[in-house]
Amino acid sequence: MKLRDMTELAVRNLREALFRNSLTTLGVAVGVASLVAMLSLGVGLQQLASSRLTKSGLFDSVFVTPKLNVRGGPPSMATQQGDTRLLDEDARQEIAKLPNVIEVFPQVRFFSEVRFNDKPFATMVAGMPQSAKGNGAFDGMKGNFFTGESADEAILQVEFAKELSKDTASLVGKTLSIRYAERQALDDNSGGFSIVPKEKQLQIIGVVETEPAAGFGGYGNGRLLIPLSTALSLRATQVNDLRDAVRGGPAKPTFASLTVRAKSPSNVDAIEEAVKKMGFGAFSLLDASKSLRIFFSVFDLLLGIFGSLALAVATLGIVNTLVMAILERRREIGVLKALGAADHDVKRLFFVEAGVMGLLGGFGGVFFGWLIGRALTLATNIYLKRQDLPSVEISSVPWWLVLGAISFAVLVSLIAGLYPASRAAKLNPVEALRYE
Amino acid sequence: MVQLPDSRNRATQFRTTNVVPFNGHPNSAMTPTPGSANNSAIQLDRVSRHYTLGTSSIRAVDDVSLTIRPGEFVALLGSSGSGKSTLLNLMAGLDRPTSGAIHADGRNLAELSSLELARYRRNTVGMVFQSFNLLPRMTLAENVELPLRLAEVDHAEREARVAEALARVKLDKRTAHRPSELSGGEQQRTAIARALVNRPKILFADEPTGNLDSATGESILNLLSEIQSSLGMTIVMVTHERPLAEKFASRLVMMGDGKLLSDGANNGAVR
Repeated sequence: MKLRDMTELAVRNLREALFRNSLTTLGVAVGVASLVAMLSLGVGLQQLASSRLTKSGLFDSVFVTPKLNVRGGPPSMATQQGDTRLLDEDARQEIAKLPNVIEVFPQVRFFSEVRFNDKPFATMVAGMPQSAKGNGAFDGMKGNFFTGESADEAILQVEFAKELSKDTASLVGKTLSIRYAERQALDDNSGGFSIVPKEKQLQIIGVVETEPAAGFGGYGNGRLLIPLSTALSLRATQVNDLRDAVRGGPAKPTFASLTVRAKSPSNVDAIEEAVKKMGFGAFSLLDASKSLRIFFSVFDLLLGIFGSLALAVATLGIVNTLVMAILERRREIGVLKALGAADHDVKRLFFVEAGVMGLLGGFGGVFFGWLIGRALTLATNIYLKRQDLPSVEISSVPWWLVLGAISFAVLVSLIAGLYPASRAAKLNPVEALRYE
Repeated sequence: MVQLPDSRNRATQFRTTNVVPFNGHPNSAMTPTPGSANNSAIQLDRVSRHYTLGTSSIRAVDDVSLTIRPGEFVALLGSSGSGKSTLLNLMAGLDRPTSGAIHADGRNLAELSSLELARYRRNTVGMVFQSFNLLPRMTLAENVELPLRLAEVDHAEREARVAEALARVKLDKRTAHRPSELSGGEQQRTAIARALVNRPKILFADEPTGNLDSATGESILNLLSEIQSSLGMTIVMVTHERPLAEKFASRLVMMGDGKLLSDGANNGAVR
């Protein structure tokens, strides 16, 4: 029999026992829904984590530091590698010439005491390059990005802003002052310096919810962001200053670390290698991202297994429904065989019926699964809103999940139809026709 | 008219014609010469069908040889349990013999695979049952179309053939009705149309009047007789209604305890 005729007959048969077949199909739909909901959560959470990390600008960046361990390391290492290269302006320009490098900027982070409404608050100040505006970390911020590279402006990270005022939006436009330790070189060319307390007024122009200057390497998170040029001009004492003083020599300014921004995360490995060959320490978060992907793959697998349990139960429903159908339609199978239906025709008919139930259940299941994901996202966002936190998208149903879930439902249904179909095909037509 | 025997005295009263001994076997009716299969619609050679029930063996058909020529209207008569329906099922390819050969359409049915048997049922024979066996959820037209679907006949051709088959049984005005909306006679006529739609060479009818009143039964046999004479089709009918068989069948074959008791031409049949 042709597939078209077979499908027509199968759909007609399914319509005949509509209630029972609908319940079976619903069972498949519930199974698929649980699978889709679980996996959509896994995918959604993975995307959420990835996008947060990507927006932080950490995955397309290589963090360069001077090789700290060489001087203190074993003599063999020192002789092999020679003198440690200074991470100074020359090094910065050399790194900037590497292929696929967009920009190289120093990490400027320093401790500061912030005074706002005559109250002191301790925090870490970080200098942000103007290019940071485009990496997505500042999307959806309250207020605006820096008006210029040397503007006396500040953007507050929302957690720090909450310390200053409960109504973070009201902070925009107000002024605060930062107190910091300025490094002033000594005149004796010894490389030593004195530390002078300084104060600077800054205008708050924005509040950001992400962490564009997330800490790494023990520098701590920057909660108060100022333009990079402004930060450099302050000559605030940084963590590497003490090391420079101990090292002695000419008072050539060096950087504690440099951030190298690559064109894309795929360039990070090559840049990291090149920087290491230049004699610097280099580190990227791409390795952390790989671990994250492995973690989410395992997480998705476990969610998928739990989700599949419901589908396994639904499979038994299909077997039961089709076995019942064989009992009820025994005579009909006999008639079909008497009229010339081959065993494989009868088998295929039951297969198509199982497949149609799987297909419909698959479509319904994907829809229900998507709905469950939306409901969970909605409930999570209501909770987050009450906590005054930004909304998130915790579930995602990509196209591969839609196609995969429907195909899986059909496949599982066909497997469930194997036994009933072969049982129906093996029916003796004479006995089947005698059946009342 | 052929006088049929009653169960007590059938051997003496039944007048047989066309009975020729075959290899000395008492049940051999026709001479099975090497080329005889070509001159027969169906030829049974020492066919047996035994069932095992627990420890006992039931010989439903026991060593039956029979040749049915093309265009014959054969009535298989016998009491309940005589093996006539089993023999019909064997000839229709619904069942396989325990031993013996059934030659039809140039092949031995006993040696065919289940797929080839299905093809034989689909293309060579048509079946009519006592209980009509129409699919209740389908309309008349859809029921009649079913064998065409199985034979993978093109959609375009199906409609015409269904109409033709239903017109032949005078049900062309009821195509959209469901079997439950028809009388028993109309249902059986639909079943006949379904059996004819694939243009079979042989029509097997298992008690076609068993569920009908006598007048309707007679009209059904009238229809079968008409089809047989107009299409030249071979018809093998199982029945226990001797008067109807005598009226319409051209040949009467009597069975008892799985054996062929007698086989004779019926010259008194309505032509």
